[in-house]
Amino acid sequence: MYKIIAKKQLNSAVEEMVVHAPYVARKCEAGQFIILRVDEAGERIPLTIAEYDRANGTVTIIYQVVGHTTRLLAALNPGDSIVDFVGPLGQPTHLARHTRVLGIGGGVGAAPLYPQIRALHEMGVACDVILGGRSREFVILEEKFAPVVENVYVTTDDGSYGEKGVVTDKLRSLVASGVRYDEIIAIGPLVMMKFAVLAAKELGIPTMVSLNPIMIDGTGMCGGCRVTVGGETKFACVDGPDFDGYLVDFDELMRRQGMYKEEENHICKIGRG
Amino acid sequence: MANMSPKKVPIPEQEPQVRNRNFQEVALGYTAEQAIEEATRCLQCKTRPCVAGCPVNVPIPEFIQEVAAGNFDEAYRIITRENRLPAVCGRVCPQETQCEEVCVRGKKGEAVAIGRLERFVADTWMAGHQPETPEIVKKGIKVAVVGSGPAGITCAGELAQLGYDVTIFEALHAPGGVLMYGIPEFRLPKALVQREIDSIRKLGVEIVCNVIVGRSITIDELFEEEGFAAVFVGSGAGLPSFLRIEGENLNGVYSANEFLTRSNLMKAYEFPKSPTPVRVGKRVAVVGGGNVAMDAARTAKRLGAEEVYIVYRRGEDELPARAEEVHHAREEGIIFKLLNNPVKVHGENGWVTGLECMEMTLGEPDASGRRRPIAKEGSNFVIGLDTVVVAIGQSPNPLIRQTTPGLETERWGGIIVNEETMKTSKDGVYAGGDVVTGAATVILAMGAGKTAARAIHEALEKR
Ligand SMILES: Cc1cc2nc3c(=O)[nH]c(=O)nc-3n(C[C@H](O)[C@H](O)[C@H](O)COP(=O)(O)OP(=O)(O)OC[C@H]3O[C@@H](n4cnc5c(N)ncnc54)[C@H](O)[C@@H]3O)c2cc1C
Ligand SMILES: Cc1cc2nc3c(=O)[nH]c(=O)nc-3n(C[C@H](O)[C@H](O)[C@H](O)COP(=O)(O)OP(=O)(O)OC[C@H]3O[C@@H](n4cnc5c(N)ncnc54)[C@H](O)[C@@H]3O)c2cc1C
Ligand code: SF4
Ligand code: SF4
Ligand code: FES
Repeated sequence: MYKIIAKKQLNSAVEEMVVHAPYVARKCEAGQFIILRVDEAGERIPLTIAEYDRANGTVTIIYQVVGHTTRLLAALNPGDSIVDFVGPLGQPTHLARHTRVLGIGGGVGAAPLYPQIRALHEMGVACDVILGGRSREFVILEEKFAPVVENVYVTTDDGSYGEKGVVTDKLRSLVASGVRYDEIIAIGPLVMMKFAVLAAKELGIPTMVSLNPIMIDGTGMCGGCRVTVGGETKFACVDGPDFDGYLVDFDELMRRQGMYKEEENHICKIGRG
Repeated sequence: MANMSPKKVPIPEQEPQVRNRNFQEVALGYTAEQAIEEATRCLQCKTRPCVAGCPVNVPIPEFIQEVAAGNFDEAYRIITRENRLPAVCGRVCPQETQCEEVCVRGKKGEAVAIGRLERFVADTWMAGHQPETPEIVKKGIKVAVVGSGPAGITCAGELAQLGYDVTIFEALHAPGGVLMYGIPEFRLPKALVQREIDSIRKLGVEIVCNVIVGRSITIDELFEEEGFAAVFVGSGAGLPSFLRIEGENLNGVYSANEFLTRSNLMKAYEFPKSPTPVRVGKRVAVVGGGNVAMDAARTAKRLGAEEVYIVYRRGEDELPARAEEVHHAREEGIIFKLLNNPVKVHGENGWVTGLECMEMTLGEPDASGRRRPIAKEGSNFVIGLDTVVVAIGQSPNPLIRQTTPGLETERWGGIIVNEETMKTSKDGVYAGGDVVTGAATVILAMGAGKTAARAIHEALEKR
């Protein structure tokens, strides 16, 4: 059992939780993730490691409440326990000593982006970040990014906060104004990553993305997480989750991610009782 | 006077058309009377060929003699001297190529039903006894076991009995390996596997789930930071192979591992009571001809598929699955498309609609001794489908070899060992089971675990 140490609401749909998981905390690095099962009958779901504390053996996760399992998770409180919490999974992000890197975080994608940007900052790389959301509510972790980047730019679809527009608009205007980036790290909904990569390609900036296909074991055993990268089949859980965005077949991935839409809706309704 | 019937006492089974709609066990097991009757078919041969046919040398005539005399508890003690998991082996061992293949009675008629008797003895014992907590004198020496499949469980059990403090690290949330996530409930009830695992725990073995060796902790760290004196690697062959044909990433194409894990471990057959779904549709093709393929096909049928095909590129004689499993699958209505090789998965809107195959003929024997399949030009045809399950083999997961310097492996990923001792190229590290042999059998994995335990004990005694 893995004890919940603390929990915080970040907006109406996103929460942050600190969990005691010493085997995960002892070795994890930016870019890696965990898989958890809330209870004995539960489903296994992957979540990125947002922060960790080796001394106290704790790991922080940030999740958006979107369906059955994340709702069960959100119902737990400090002092409660999670039955299974395994990791660290996946390859640590490969961080290069660039001069300037731009992070793009869409919605809850800001969570997995944060540890990567922080690690770059600690390596002495100058970073900026664009945080995008549907509206003000969905822009998270602004205050966490502030100390590790030079500029935080915010865009919202409805203009309720920051600039009205999508993250790619901001990317283009930054580059047009003369800012030079050696690399972009884009993490968010698949559509956002797809369009961020298209824009970055036009601008000639290499772009890493972090993929989130459906997973079960997270150890390379089921092949359910397979994605096509550069024409080859890769298992996102062991070969990724970070990949060169230019090479990812986003359309296939979007399709595969929707494989259980019907079942998810079904269980959502039952779950609401 | 021995019972000279040429046939085994039949084992009661669920009717095929009933069982292919439920997940309960197919074979129901002998009654005491049936077991005694079958036991009297054994000739108690002095030469004991059957014992040599068993990879762990179960004292077969001795235990069968006790069954014939109605001393079932004594029979259990005799079996478990050599075999820690009799309820499992009695069900899933390929007896027809092991103990029963060389049984003298098999020369005229059918062999003695050694597997069924073993199963009977184990089930009878379990029904009447709780796992025991034996008195063990502890040595205060720690040994780590990676993986809780049959290899790991056996090695851990043997070492615990000798007084070592054994910790098993398991990557998944439930121990048991393939017994838990691969072999379906209708062939091997999970409550039985649980029971076997409980008895290992009673010996003092600690099982830590959710720890992936190579990620959560490395083998070097087990020695240096955690103070283990030896490590046994029984991590199996869990990496699924794919066909590498067009359309394989369409929605509706599964590896057998994913399909079976969703169903067995995550209990998708209880969806939505269990939240993990699995998609089957009406028409399913399973590609492959081994036990894994049979299990996937029979599972698909039970999940409600109307037509289920086995697509295999060689012929009937080359099917690697146990004869009994092929027979059971046919009885349950699985359709065999032999001598057919898939060349492309067809799809529409991202979902599978069919599997294109080519007809094959068999040529000269290849390196494996089996006749090589050759495609017939222009014979392509498409089977209309909703789901494709790929069951064409597994190899060891690369994680441990990538994170363990000094551990030598074969090109295909198997860990290289000295077969006498299961010792690897790295000091203090032993390995056995599928991670050494590639996908093989439960009993061979157990045999390897046992050999390694003995060698680890000898090495640690000498320190
Ligand atoms: C490597 C990785 C890292 C991730 N990190 C985060 C994170 O830090 N924060 C966060 O909020 N989300 C993250 N996700 C997504 C998160 O796993 C899903 O939101 C979660 O599984 C939804 O489960 P549910 O039962 O609540 O919703 P459901 O109703 O089951 O599904 C909602 C959506 O989640 C996706 N999903 C469902 N089951 C799985 C599964 N087993 N594996 C992956 N995706 C699934 C589906 O595409 C679906 O559209 C990550 C996913 C991956 C693969
Ligand atoms: C569907 C199916 C049907 C089969 N049917 C039969 C049959 O009828 N008869 C028969 O004899 N054999 C059968 N087999 C084969 C048999 O199950 C295997 O040969 C046997 O289980 C191998 O045992 P093992 O202990 O080596 O590995 P496994 O049973 O594979 O166990 C390995 C364990 O190690 C864990 N692990 C892996 N990597 C790590 C890591 N890095 N850290 C921690 N833990 C790790 C895995 O999660 C797993 O639990 C079947 C196999 C399958 C898949
Ligand atoms: S363990 Fe397997 S091979 Fe050995 S006697 Fe039992 S059934 Fe036969
Ligand atoms: S070979 Fe057959 S008949 Fe002879 S002892 Fe073994 S089981 Fe009995
Ligand atoms: S999640 Fe199973 S192989 Fe990646």
